[in-house]
Amino acid sequence: MNDWSRALSNRAVEDLAIPATTAGGNRGLQIEEKLIFEQDSPGRCGVDLIEAPSFRARLGGLERQGVIGLPGLSEPQVVRHFTRLSQKNYAIDSGLYPLGSCTMKHNPRLNEKLARLPGFADIHPLQPASTVPGALALIDTLAHWLKILTGMPAIALSPGAGAHGELCGIMSIRAALEARGERRSRVLVPESAHGTNPATAAACGYSVDSVAGNRRGRVDVAVLKATLDADVAALMLTNPNTCGLFEDQILEIAAAVHEAGAFFYCDGANFNAIVGRVRPADLGIDCMHLNLHKTFSTPHGGGGPGSGPVALAGNLAAYAPLPWLVHGPDGLELVEHKQNQALRAIGRLKGFHGQMGMFVRALAYMMSHGADGLRQVAEDAVLNANYLRVRLENDLSVSFPGPCMHEALFDDGFLKDTGITTLDFAKALIDEGYHPMTVYFPLVVHGALLIEPTETESKASLDEFADTLKALAAKARSGEAAGFRAAPRWTPRRRLDETAAARKPILRWDPATVDRQAEK
Amino acid sequence: MRYLPLTDRDRRDMLAAIGVDSIDALFADVPDAARLPDLLDLPTAKGELEVERLLSQMAARNIPAGSVPFFVGGGAYRHHIPAAVDHLVQRGEFLTSYTPYQPELAQGTLQYLFEFQTQVALLTGMEVANASLYDGATACAEAVMMANRLTRRGKAVLSGGLHPHYREVCETYARFVGFDLAVQDPLPDGDEDLAGLLGRDISCVVVQSPDFFGEIRDYSGLARTCHDAGALLVVVVTEILSLGAICPPGEMGADIVAAEGQSLGNALNFGGPHLGLFASRNKFVRQMPGRLAGQTVDADGRRGWVLTLSTREQHIRREKATSNICTNSGLCALAFTIHLTLLGETGLTRLARLNHAAAVTLAERLGRIPGIRILNRAFFNEFALRLPRPATAVVDALAEKGVLAGIPVSRLYPERTELANTLLVAVTETVTPDDMDRFEREIGEALS
Repeated sequence: MNDWSRALSNRAVEDLAIPATTAGGNRGLQIEEKLIFEQDSPGRCGVDLIEAPSFRARLGGLERQGVIGLPGLSEPQVVRHFTRLSQKNYAIDSGLYPLGSCTMKHNPRLNEKLARLPGFADIHPLQPASTVPGALALIDTLAHWLKILTGMPAIALSPGAGAHGELCGIMSIRAALEARGERRSRVLVPESAHGTNPATAAACGYSVDSVAGNRRGRVDVAVLKATLDADVAALMLTNPNTCGLFEDQILEIAAAVHEAGAFFYCDGANFNAIVGRVRPADLGIDCMHLNLHKTFSTPHGGGGPGSGPVALAGNLAAYAPLPWLVHGPDGLELVEHKQNQALRAIGRLKGFHGQMGMFVRALAYMMSHGADGLRQVAEDAVLNANYLRVRLENDLSVSFPGPCMHEALFDDGFLKDTGITTLDFAKALIDEGYHPMTVYFPLVVHGALLIEPTETESKASLDEFADTLKALAAKARSGEAAGFRAAPRWTPRRRLDETAAARKPILRWDPATVDRQAEK
Repeated sequence: MRYLPLTDRDRRDMLAAIGVDSIDALFADVPDAARLPDLLDLPTAKGELEVERLLSQMAARNIPAGSVPFFVGGGAYRHHIPAAVDHLVQRGEFLTSYTPYQPELAQGTLQYLFEFQTQVALLTGMEVANASLYDGATACAEAVMMANRLTRRGKAVLSGGLHPHYREVCETYARFVGFDLAVQDPLPDGDEDLAGLLGRDISCVVVQSPDFFGEIRDYSGLARTCHDAGALLVVVVTEILSLGAICPPGEMGADIVAAEGQSLGNALNFGGPHLGLFASRNKFVRQMPGRLAGQTVDADGRRGWVLTLSTREQHIRREKATSNICTNSGLCALAFTIHLTLLGETGLTRLARLNHAAAVTLAERLGRIPGIRILNRAFFNEFALRLPRPATAVVDALAEKGVLAGIPVSRLYPERTELANTLLVAVTETVTPDDMDRFEREIGEALS
């Protein structure tokens, strides 16, 4: 929980704070920007449109009455507004973005250019298939790459993001169990899992049983075996796991899961660590989603859109959601309905055919790297994370011994007795010009700090980051707690009151809320 | 490899610093049996020039909407997107940032999400909107599940006018999440008795406006009947631009609106990524799926924005979350917001009117062709035709002549022979008088 209020109540902190003292509230390149609704001039418009010719309307008497309330701005105002907003964001383009479990790697601009080719961006999902053979070929090529990389025989392409891929996987597993005449009721999820895993299992009607980890940060296989029985539908495991560790007993885990008649679902969020070096199929995995917006570099876009194709083993392929792309006698064929070969499909999970714009970007990324480059991606991602782990091991507290994979997990042991929390430390890192690592996740260590540098950082960049963290850790040990609690001080806004936001939600602009704010 | 900064010398130095002699040592936890000794059977690395050439060749095999007279809609619409939209969306600070979990570094994203939520609420006539979902179809399924939670009932009525993909997504979720659906037959030229299906077990009635066949209907009476029966009215909108011309769902009494926002700011993209819009009444906000941006103050008392009410969400609530959604359609929401800000009140209403005028004009011309019957009484920019022959053959024949004539309804309803001759035609501001001439001439010839 955010403890910004402590900062306010502490006099010493107040003295450190540097409020805006300029006449207008701007501070150099940090420019205050009003909401679009506060820049309104009725009648002004940023688009020149012709007037409709006279015609007899056929809206059935349901014409919209009254004012909608949308503000009027010209094009230069709109460009300036959104440019200024953009300048209040941190981005991978501007700096290291070490969010563990998020794989914030460089987003090549070639991919953006290709996704905007009219032959991909300006085609309609329901225009005749005969007019889009290149689009079907692209999807087929993407699926081929993903099949080779995972070793799995089938790819379900339509899920909109990772969590949607999880739904696809767990639904497919349930359909396969029902086809066997079985109705199992439990899904096992390690306590280190992403929140989406238990949320997905619960959404599909399963009760969620947490599986404890061992002291090495992995699944405790003995505990797992004791928990497995004929009522377990699936194990959902992230590998490498969210502690950044490869589940070294994964073959034994897979065997135990299969022995119990259950399916082995893998959360593929961390595939970047092993792409080209390990095929999930060789680990005994039945089903795994791939976040194209992580491993294959389609941009995160401030929270989406993503794409979450699901790799399926032979025992689940028949249940893949529609549409299917199949090789027919006349070439590629889009199967959009439950007929013939698609009778066992779980149905449709999303409108149309999937995230085409993301498919183009991901395929451009894969083709650029090739088999050799993708293997190098995994190796450099793991090398960078281990390099940081070693450079920081005497200053921060490494949670688990030994090499990590693509991300390094630390806990807040190094902050013990300093009065500084993980959150304070993260906010202080912001003042140093960095986006913080993932904090307080995974839940299995106290005050977690999960660092994933990715392969697109140079050694010099890692060295600067490590030096900054070491300096901050030293500062923390030297008892400068007040400074940490007051951070960040150099951002467009200082710590934001999340408690107040949730207590009295203001979720849209209206003049009344502006007044209320002014009274404060 | 141009995207990888480490040199071989860096790699050697770093391995030495770590204290291992090879990269393989860092993969020691991988079981021997699962280690790939060699490269996979895929092509090796390529330069920009080669990749661009290969993918451009694939793109060139498709017929872009902008290159032909184009009348395809059915939940995805081709509109003109101002150049400023894509310029701004491609700013790296938007494109390459993450979900705004550290609000001090993401005030730009959070402020536009707050503006987006406000715009969506205003357009739909609802009190509150979220920060987006994947697309309209998944938003529709989420709306049904939210209605189930709110009413503690487990059965939804789906109108036959609901987009078939939306219905199919609801059916998939219903089977696995565990709720029931009463699905009505499609009636392109008739009225349904949805009120007659209400009962103590019904959580919500889902209708679409304009419906899948383009028909605009007044759902005010249905809303009242739903509320009397303790059920909610969910209104789906697949052409969000229509709300620049027709009465918004909120004014008709909708409790939840699930919509597709692609029409503003976003390209067709062969169906994705698109933009799920989700709005509801304020009192239901704590059961909403997805992210919400909210206003607050910082430690200096200045106005700012954060993600809020996250105790509804999976990263906090895990198996008790209102939805498992995490990543949504952030950048598509930005494109929507920029386009709508450029349009403003004046531009949006004028653009909507242009669309309606073009559609009315074409409908009147097509309606005069012998054998063609327009099925709609009221419509916005899309309408349904009954042809004297199966629509698929007509669409294929026109495609041969370089006209993309619309959607044969049988593509979405292959099992319904009564719809075989029905064609769905969309007309937006991008259609020129020449395009209409070509369509009229070619379809006339195809039918003669």
